[in-house]
Amino acid sequence: MTGGAILEVRDLHVSLPGGRRSAPVPVVRGVSLTLRAGEVLGIVGESGAGKTMTALSLLGLTPPGAVVRGSVRLLGTELVGLPVRELAQQRGRRIAMVFQDPLTAFTPVRRVGDQIGEALRIHQRPRPTRESALRRAVGLLESVGVPEPDRAARAYPHELSGGLRQRAMIAMAVANRPDVIVADEPTSALDVTVQAQVLDALAVARKATGAALLLVSHDLGVIAGAADRVAVMYAGRIVESAPVDDLFSRPRMPYTLGLIGSVPRLDDVGTLTPVPGTPPAPGTAPPGCSFAPRCPIADAHCEEAEPPLARVSGTTAVAVPGAGDRHLAACFHTGTTARHTAQELFPPAVPGERSGGPVAGSKPGAGAAKAAIAGAKATAPGLRPGADHVLRITGLTKSYPLPRRSGLRLRRRPAEALHAVERADLHVRRGETVALVGESGAGKSTTLSEVIAFAAPEAGRIEILGHDTAHLRRADVRGLRGRVQLVLQDPMAALDPRMTVGAIIAEPLLAQRTDKARAAARTPELLRQVGLDPSAAGRYPHEFSGGQRQRIAFARALAVEPELLLLDEPVSALDVSVQAGILELLRRLKRELGPACLFVTHDLAVVRQIADRLVVMYGGRTIESGGVTEVFTRPRHPYTKALLSAVPLPDPRAERARERIILPGDPPRAGGGTAGCLFRARCPVYQTAAPEARALCERETPIPAGRSADDPHVAACHFPYPDGKAPLRHRPASKGQL
Amino acid sequence: MVGRLSQRLIHSAILLVVSTLLSYLVSSAALDPRAYFADRQPPPPAASVDRELASLRLDEREPVLDRFAHWSWHALHGDLGRTIDGASVNDEFGRRVGVSVRLLLIGTLVGTGLGVLAGVWAAVRRGRLPDRMLTVFSFLVLSVPTFVLALLLKDGALQLNQAVGHTVIRYTGESTPGRSGGLLSHLQDRAGHLVLPAATVALGSIASYSRYQRGATLDVLGSDHLRTAQAKGLTPGRALLRHGLRTSLIPMTTFFSFGFLTLFTGSVFAEQIFGWPGMGSWFMDAAQKGDVNSVVAVNLFASVTVLLAGLVADVLLVVLDPRVRRG
Amino acid sequence: MTPGLRGLARSPRAVAGAVLIVALFLLAFVGPHLTSWSHTDVDYTALRSAPSTRHWFGTSRIGQDVFAQTVRGLQKSLLIGLFVALFSTGLAAAVGTCAGYFGGWTDRLLMFLVDLLLVIPGFLVLVVVAPALRDAGWMAFVGLLAALGWMLTARAVRAMTLSLKERPYVVAARHMGVRPFLIIRRHVVPHMASFLITHATIAVAGAVISETGLSYFGFGVQPPDVSLGTLIADSTDVALTYPWMFFFPTGLLLCFVLAVNLVGEALRDALDPVAVRAEVRA
Repeated sequence: MTGGAILEVRDLHVSLPGGRRSAPVPVVRGVSLTLRAGEVLGIVGESGAGKTMTALSLLGLTPPGAVVRGSVRLLGTELVGLPVRELAQQRGRRIAMVFQDPLTAFTPVRRVGDQIGEALRIHQRPRPTRESALRRAVGLLESVGVPEPDRAARAYPHELSGGLRQRAMIAMAVANRPDVIVADEPTSALDVTVQAQVLDALAVARKATGAALLLVSHDLGVIAGAADRVAVMYAGRIVESAPVDDLFSRPRMPYTLGLIGSVPRLDDVGTLTPVPGTPPAPGTAPPGCSFAPRCPIADAHCEEAEPPLARVSGTTAVAVPGAGDRHLAACFHTGTTARHTAQELFPPAVPGERSGGPVAGSKPGAGAAKAAIAGAKATAPGLRPGADHVLRITGLTKSYPLPRRSGLRLRRRPAEALHAVERADLHVRRGETVALVGESGAGKSTTLSEVIAFAAPEAGRIEILGHDTAHLRRADVRGLRGRVQLVLQDPMAALDPRMTVGAIIAEPLLAQRTDKARAAARTPELLRQVGLDPSAAGRYPHEFSGGQRQRIAFARALAVEPELLLLDEPVSALDVSVQAGILELLRRLKRELGPACLFVTHDLAVVRQIADRLVVMYGGRTIESGGVTEVFTRPRHPYTKALLSAVPLPDPRAERARERIILPGDPPRAGGGTAGCLFRARCPVYQTAAPEARALCERETPIPAGRSADDPHVAACHFPYPDGKAPLRHRPASKGQL
Repeated sequence: MVGRLSQRLIHSAILLVVSTLLSYLVSSAALDPRAYFADRQPPPPAASVDRELASLRLDEREPVLDRFAHWSWHALHGDLGRTIDGASVNDEFGRRVGVSVRLLLIGTLVGTGLGVLAGVWAAVRRGRLPDRMLTVFSFLVLSVPTFVLALLLKDGALQLNQAVGHTVIRYTGESTPGRSGGLLSHLQDRAGHLVLPAATVALGSIASYSRYQRGATLDVLGSDHLRTAQAKGLTPGRALLRHGLRTSLIPMTTFFSFGFLTLFTGSVFAEQIFGWPGMGSWFMDAAQKGDVNSVVAVNLFASVTVLLAGLVADVLLVVLDPRVRRG
Repeated sequence: MTPGLRGLARSPRAVAGAVLIVALFLLAFVGPHLTSWSHTDVDYTALRSAPSTRHWFGTSRIGQDVFAQTVRGLQKSLLIGLFVALFSTGLAAAVGTCAGYFGGWTDRLLMFLVDLLLVIPGFLVLVVVAPALRDAGWMAFVGLLAALGWMLTARAVRAMTLSLKERPYVVAARHMGVRPFLIIRRHVVPHMASFLITHATIAVAGAVISETGLSYFGFGVQPPDVSLGTLIADSTDVALTYPWMFFFPTGLLLCFVLAVNLVGEALRDALDPVAVRAEVRA
């Protein structure tokens, strides 16, 4: 299937202008790549590694002011330095691009079909008419699996869901049957079940056109599943490149090893290996190997000379002769790396980001007591029905009135509302970590904001630390706010950039009327606790990296010694190597201080690493809950099963072997108070069920039920999987309800 | 779309009613029509002043709300009352409104049109000579009070006429009174009179719109969708034309509705300085005389045009941006 | 913010503007002490005389010293511009943050007020009201200008508050139980300080221009006091015959407004979040 080189990149350098009167910043430093016909080359790396700029420079789309040196040859045509007009003739016809964010990448004011048709009208000769281009655009949309392609073509970009937009983007990219498709993080903005659809569409489109694909992603799982060969980028250079199996099984560069070891896996609860430190900011790379400052096996030589990307000696790879199949690494110590595991090179026990020093507990007495509770936790799930709850949500409903559509002509049902959350149930016991999981629009965030509102919900009941929120007085709220704390997703935005770290950490204490001196006295201790140096208190958030900022956010949350910690996607904005460190910190803090946690996330692999129980939401309803191991190994709801199967594994062999359920359609934005099961439109069980069984799904909303009355693993499905294999047919799990 | 506009219309109507009430109250409180009568030579007897004020319903001893009730009752029936000199406000309104509307319309069209073009041009040539020159031009124009600008233009025209030897550009009135000749010469005459006032009104708009449009275009030049358009194979220029121009005009609709306020003020100066018998010069005259009814009538005209400009801006926004058409 | 300010110090336009502003302030407040003439003195021996060593900027039609008048007028215009900018920006910040942060009826009422004040061009209101305040002194005039000049800024402030309100650190502070007004003071207002400073700067220019416009029609500062506006207005019809009477006040006015606009624009470039973002990315 793979053939000769189509795209050859040699010694590519890109620098961006460095602002007024400062030197240009090199962001890509000597990248060489070969892309052969029909193959998929994955480029993986963390933020700031230069992946996107490499991809953009292949099409000459670098931002104004950028300086590009080196050579990019596309089927023998040199693209670097090509006049704009001639470059435009190559773009879209022989090399096309799929961008990360399909909402901003489409022109918002023109119809999707016209925009796809335009790609045809630019390059096809004789030039097709507007109508025939539009007709062919509809065909292209259909070929990438867009349902109702006619309507999608007539829609404006904002009227389509993210998944449909990205498929339309793929349709546009393949419109002129290009030889090369460059896809820059094509699924990063999408939900995991939609990501599976889009990757599928990309594979289909690629097969149909025979194009070679350059797939840029930060997600090792996506790369493992889709790429034939992988190049790892770090600080603007390719540091390792190999066929996909070789790279994942025998990484030769310590960075690659640590990176792979830091990815949480769905199929395994292993120790994650946080890579200490942070990548150098563009332009600040040290003279030697840019990874040397973070590298456990770096020596003096590494800090002086930058190792070239060279063929790995003694490789056992089954190498077919030819440049592309060789295993290359930019490291002086490939042998040492090969002899060690990630855990050996990056021992996770090091607290913090190399700040060192023993970590002090908060208050010895309280810490010990809490630790004792935390210790008891291991046996907690499901075994103590009457256990002490810190949070108990029953039948929670929250709806938003739909914006009234044009008042004059259209008559609509009067009270139309969007049920963001509908009869959700959830509880968190003392010391326990519960993960609340779902895709966008599932109602996770709404549930969380209902909890922190400390007010009576629209319907249902929220009990926090034994207080029903419907009957709270002002003073109670103030007191409760001190016992429940929140950690938010984006550590960049969660800290006021104009306050010092000390003031930030003191804020919750002062809000609880602690006096200033005592608040200030607690700050160093808190900083040490989260693995930062106490001197950090006098500095501002922008002086810290993303991971360090999230540590500051944890210190702020822990300042008042909360009993319940609400975590809203606390690691989603972080690179994996940093994320591993934060997850490790969270584990340690739980061990030492033992707060109960409600962990809201879309990332199931993270859930596996950190949570005791999980609750799955879909369309505003809680559809399955139970112990993590139990649910992950034996999901009962078809949605949970599909969701688990959609998460790519950072392991090419396992990825090829696993069973995949690709759900049609998009996750609903929310239930509309509709009768029946919300999932049935996408449900594989429903699709194949007998008519009378279908009628049940359509008529009755399933209520959560276990296999037995006291089974803690419950699923809201009429036909749940009994043991994770095949669903029971025609045996409703719950009868006569409602 | 219909819902959005109808909502906007209702909102505008409420604003119009409340602003008219306020303008009546403020004008009645601040202006002193009694002084206008009492200061005549020879000083009239107090009783006759009272009589005249009462007949015009301008007597400050009558409760202001009663006066407003009377005025608005007639206004609702299409009668805006009498001027302080006893003439019909409606007649005066009718005579002058066309003059102002012509000036405002031409000023708006020229100002927005040239401003937008200049802004796009400057953005595309960012940092080069055209951009720098436009920057200097707009800074200068925005730093000069309108009346100084008008006077400078007037002096310039005077010099030009002297240099050429006959009157090319006229600076008094809307047309030469008592002029004979065909339609063509009539139009020529009108155009000659129009140049200076229109320039006075439009220059400020050109200066400020070009700044905003330059910024909006620069934003679009760095946008993802323009990059996509280039990735499809459009050259940068065509990409901007087909995918960037319309998106860059979207934020301009907001500036349009607010920019009109400045433009209206500019037209008042232009009318006064170039002797155009429009609403603006009437207003200045009426305010000095304490002519409440005329002042309120001009305020009404101003409110209607400002609200209309807002409505036009809204329609433009809906036409330009499909994203606001629902909800 | 600091890198932005450093950028400002490097911008030649901003430096030129700032130097000019300082020089004009010096002239306005030191100038009156440099000459023996006061702005009301009349030199009957020199009517309409051109600039000379005796009268640096010449004399007016009734023999007043144009230099003394101009520096006095400049002083008044600067003070008016400064105070109007201060008051209107303060009002805009208060109304905008409250409307944006509290939302609901507070928002609806305040925004209706804003819309209402934007329906009639402020200049028309000024023309009607200013004569009635003639006896109340120039501070009343300042109040009037400020009261009619805050609405657009308030709208912008409201829009910024709406987005700042959703910033995670504000959400976090709200959740911690920090009181609303403290949140506004600590987490909202400081983040638009740069915007407010920029707007205040531009408002200074706007106020000075409005003042001259009103004075041109005789509604502004009242004699015997003078402002740049009254001086320009009185001399327009003799601008060609006795250019010094027109040229000096007009020139100073242009210098001042231009300088303020230069600094304002440079501030916007330096402090604008978009510009800052571009700097960080590069």
